[in-house]
Amino acid sequence: MTKASRSMAIEVEGLSFTYGQRNVLEDIHLHIPEGSFLGLMGPNGSGKSTLIKCILGLLSPTTGTIKLFGKPIQRFNDWSQVGFVSQKANSFNSGFPATVFEVVSMGLYGKVGLLRFLTKKHKQKVLESIQQVGMQDYVHQNIGELSGGQQQRVFIARALVSEPKLLILDEPTVGVDAKSVQNFYTMLQRLNVERGMTLILVTHDIGAMTEYITDVACLNKCLHFHGNKLEFESQHDSMMTSLYGHDVRVITHNHDHHDHDHDHDHDGSGH
Amino acid sequence: MIQIFFQFDFLRYSLYTGMLIGLLAPLLGVFLVVRRLALISDALSHITLSGIAFSLLLGRHYSYFAGLNPMYMGMAFSVGGAIFIERLRNVYRYYKELAIPIILSAGIGIGVVFISLANGFNNDLFHYLFGSVAAIRQSDFHMIVSITLFVLVMMLLFYKEWFFLSFDEDQAVISGIPKKTLHFLFIIMVALVISASMRIVGILLVSSLMTLPVASAMRWAKSFKQTFLYAILFSEISVIVGLFSAFHLDIAPGGTIVMLNVIILLISLLLKRKGI
Ligand SMILES: Nc1ncnc2c1ncn2[C@@H]1O[C@H](COP(=O)(O)OP(=O)(O)OP(=O)(O)O)[C@@H](O)[C@H]1O
Ligand SMILES: [Mg+2]
Repeated sequence: MTKASRSMAIEVEGLSFTYGQRNVLEDIHLHIPEGSFLGLMGPNGSGKSTLIKCILGLLSPTTGTIKLFGKPIQRFNDWSQVGFVSQKANSFNSGFPATVFEVVSMGLYGKVGLLRFLTKKHKQKVLESIQQVGMQDYVHQNIGELSGGQQQRVFIARALVSEPKLLILDEPTVGVDAKSVQNFYTMLQRLNVERGMTLILVTHDIGAMTEYITDVACLNKCLHFHGNKLEFESQHDSMMTSLYGHDVRVITHNHDHHDHDHDHDHDGSGH
Repeated sequence: MIQIFFQFDFLRYSLYTGMLIGLLAPLLGVFLVVRRLALISDALSHITLSGIAFSLLLGRHYSYFAGLNPMYMGMAFSVGGAIFIERLRNVYRYYKELAIPIILSAGIGIGVVFISLANGFNNDLFHYLFGSVAAIRQSDFHMIVSITLFVLVMMLLFYKEWFFLSFDEDQAVISGIPKKTLHFLFIIMVALVISASMRIVGILLVSSLMTLPVASAMRWAKSFKQTFLYAILFSEISVIVGLFSAFHLDIAPGGTIVMLNVIILLISLLLKRKGI
């Protein structure tokens, strides 16, 4: 395990989560090294967003522990290092009277801190970030007057503006057109390669992602697979059936994902 | 016509108090409206009414309370109601607006009981319901000055946090903004401003000063900051013109102020056709 020596951005140990009576996540172990670009996939309702909300501290896991950059999440306080674009970015009040500039500025509030104001330098950062997602012609436009895809880009700019070390994106490209999606992935890859930013991207279309990402994780209540993309590609087909194809409850699993093998998957998908 | 406001102390206090309220109400109102909580001001004004009625009732039986400004009791009830609303909003996490009708009806219910026990309406109560140009005492004025200073300092300190929380609570929490504390502080400010405003605009109409200027402003504003500027401008116009005309026509100022706000809103709707 060569990865053991790399320092970890995220360490999830034995995490379970229940909504009321329903188990949504079961005994998840997931270590994400700094500098990796992870594609997280799984069918609807498989718990991807829930896992991410736990990692972001919005939900407390029923059991298990989470560490961010080596610190237990309860004691982690450097949240400006963590950027997030949520799946439901469009659920904000679309009549909200705020401009693109004002919305992107919010991304710096955590970094600037309580009782302080944005400086000229911060404002320059905001403009750069808006430029980065190609929205420079809309700086003073009302956020509610943009298309869904444009709004999503603004939220991406907001997540990028604080230059986080870890960026989590939950299906960020829903509603973004194909060409912009390509540009967007390229931009993410640049952030990953050039700045060493750790990225987690939830997506249903892992195929379109494979040239950009470094690692893949497959989730359906349990973690079915976690490894680099070459390992993933070699067992792609059996993974897909095990994830999407069959009754997923019968899948037994040992949680050492690095030892994933074909037998195991057959155990899982054979009903 | 205008000079008369400066000849009599009590009118001057009314005017200054009105202008401070005209600043505070829409300032807080903008946040309430964008958080879709405009009705909270209604709930809190009604709970203030029960506090006032309680104070008037006590005044009938105990001489100590007869001398006490009923606004203090109104304020205590209003702050208590605010705390209770925040609690309820956490209990009914997916039906946050449910807290509003609960507090609103509780406020009226308790108020009616106290009013009946005190043997019905009197002139004082009429002033509390609909406002009065002449009811402002010096102590009211000092109270509203302190509240204004408090709210302005808090706004200066936490503007960006409240802005972020109103727009996107989850994201704000992730970035480390202390949501509960700030929501709590905010609703306390709303409670204070509402109970302080009722002398001028009256309990039944105080919420209109928090929402109508904002509704008009949203037609004009291109940014969040501009929304404040327009809302405060409209609200000040309505308060100043409303107070003068109420005095000269001998009408309760709550009525004239609200009418002016409605007129401004109608003009805004006509001139600015944008869908919100
Ligand atoms: N607020 C909630 N209350 C109760 N159950 C919930 C809640 N949110 C999600 N769930 C349940 O938890 C499970 C996992 O949901 P989650 O949103 O994490 O799935 P997901 O993998 O992100 O799905 P999608 O691909 O549709 O975004 C689902 O079965 C869902 O019904
Ligand atoms: Mg999801």
